[in-house]
Amino acid sequence: MDDTATQKTFQAEIYAEPMPPRERVPRWVKALVRNPVSIAGTLLVIFFIVLAILAPVLAPPPIPSLPYQIPRDGFEAEPKPPGPGEPLGTTQGQYDIYYGIIWGTRTAFKIGLIVTGVTVLIGGTLGAVSGYVGGWVDDVIQRIVEVFLAFPFLLAALTLATILGGKIQNGLITGMIALIAFGWPTYARLIRGDVLSVKEREYVLAAKALGEPGWRILMRHVVPNAMYSLLVVASLDVGTYVLTFAALSFLGLGAGVGYADWGQLLSFARNWIPTLNSYWWIVVYPGLALLLFVLAFNLIGDAFRDALDPKMGGFRG
Amino acid sequence: MINYIVRRLFILPLVLFGLSILIFGMLMALNPIERAALYITSIPRNPEAIQAVIDKYGLNKPIYVQYWNWLDKVFHGDLGWSKTAGMPVVQAIKTYFPATLELALWSFIPIIVIGTWLGIQAAIHHDQFIDQAARVFSIVGYSFPTFVFGLLVLMIFYANLRWFPPGRLSDWASAIVYSPAFHQYTGMNTVDALLNLRLDIFVDALRHLFLPALTLSYVSWALILRVARSSMLEVIQQDYIRAARAKGAPERRVINHHARPNAMIPVATIGGLLLVGLLNGVVITETVFNYHGMGLFAATAALNFDAVSILGVALLAGVLLVFANLVVDVLYSYLDPRIRLK
Repeated sequence: MDDTATQKTFQAEIYAEPMPPRERVPRWVKALVRNPVSIAGTLLVIFFIVLAILAPVLAPPPIPSLPYQIPRDGFEAEPKPPGPGEPLGTTQGQYDIYYGIIWGTRTAFKIGLIVTGVTVLIGGTLGAVSGYVGGWVDDVIQRIVEVFLAFPFLLAALTLATILGGKIQNGLITGMIALIAFGWPTYARLIRGDVLSVKEREYVLAAKALGEPGWRILMRHVVPNAMYSLLVVASLDVGTYVLTFAALSFLGLGAGVGYADWGQLLSFARNWIPTLNSYWWIVVYPGLALLLFVLAFNLIGDAFRDALDPKMGGFRG
Repeated sequence: MINYIVRRLFILPLVLFGLSILIFGMLMALNPIERAALYITSIPRNPEAIQAVIDKYGLNKPIYVQYWNWLDKVFHGDLGWSKTAGMPVVQAIKTYFPATLELALWSFIPIIVIGTWLGIQAAIHHDQFIDQAARVFSIVGYSFPTFVFGLLVLMIFYANLRWFPPGRLSDWASAIVYSPAFHQYTGMNTVDALLNLRLDIFVDALRHLFLPALTLSYVSWALILRVARSSMLEVIQQDYIRAARAKGAPERRVINHHARPNAMIPVATIGGLLLVGLLNGVVITETVFNYHGMGLFAATAALNFDAVSILGVALLAGVLLVFANLVVDVLYSYLDPRIRLK
């Protein structure tokens, strides 16, 4: 048998080797499914997903081509209490709060998913390369990560959004860029640690011995096995990104006036603080939507953390 | 120990250099006309005069020349002219910083005291009602958007009950504080009032501080609670605690004397994270409560697209954070010898 043939057989043997036997359902998944905290979180997330999908039914847009524009019932400044036509009342400028909350759910998912997706892509790539290549590449990337992490996240995002604001008129995009620019370092650091441990495993050494090119080993063997905790952490960060974006909108930098976004709806309340008790609905309803959305992801995240923490010994009962 | 500190100090200039590059990089995203605010107080209207300014200060020179010029100015305490505050950025920061420091200090004490107390109670009563309640409290706490919490407490305690007004001082009090008879030692109203022996002003300042401090600290209690809880849980499973119990030490003594000091190590060293939380928090909190500090200054500057001002604040926050992290790391290695040996 010549060399290539030996290699082929060897390769076939490696790839044909069945996965090591493992529990069909890991213990922490069981713990998670049984935990009331994570169930509550999951139900809330499902509720918001349904809300986002059914938005055109629940709140039909008066101008179908501009669904994110909140309809106005007149132009007076003073907010109107909940009543027929506007079940949750109107805020300053007669923007319909109910409509804003329903379509704001879509905005929240859009922001959360896009920001998380791009952040994971950038952070994951840089972190994986950093950990896999090592040496000076690792040093340089890690120092850059450190510098980015040296800024308080909201203040950093605020700064970048301000600078970009002069160039890009769309506040939605500037806000997202700002969040992505300062969000990736956490993920780069996270996946780097996992890559460092995965790259020492036998199957990676075997692939190296077979002479597979470095990028191929990284993409096919290392990253798929190291991105697990990154994906878990990132998917739970959706709530945090939505929260920070809402804060930017609240300060007047994210979504524009009249755009269906919870932070933007809440920003009107700043003008009514001395008499806020007579206009409670302009804070309570959009605030509740935002709180529940963030809470949903944090509830699942909290359960995850406990379930995955060996020190806590999973959940009782 | 010394070795460790030296090693950390060695990296410090590197991180600070990176920080300056990042700030400068964001600055360079602005066009030369906007960057002129670094050098002059008002931008002239006619195009030739603008060009003259650009030429005079080398705003279209190669990047490394500009970086050097900028760094030189920063080291001489010149961060440019803030059109938001109508004064140099450095002076604006000097004016607003004491207010923010005062708010942060008044938030810090309840965060540490209440946070650790709740965390330890939760750990001692692991999986019982107190633990579950503390847990719900903490999850809701860090899910609560700062501005929603702020608006809600303003609605209840200001709009409805009129107990705690927004702002920093009542009109009568600020008339006294800014009069020549009142000596401003620190710029922190509560401290100055005590030094001037004006109890009425102290109470007034405290009334204005209560809600923003509550808002700022509520979100951070969750963090401290969580850290204190998990650290305490870990400590009370250790052998030396079992030994203390086995020799018959009363439970109270085991908790207070044997377990708590060690459980406090991670709490004591979480300062860096807490500072991040506070710096993030002040931007929102000061805006909601119309509290004139650095956070409100940054938020207002952001709305005016006053990039030079906000970059100044960001630079200060970054440097503060880098040094805080250094102190935290050194403190950690001092408190926990295991770290040093690695």
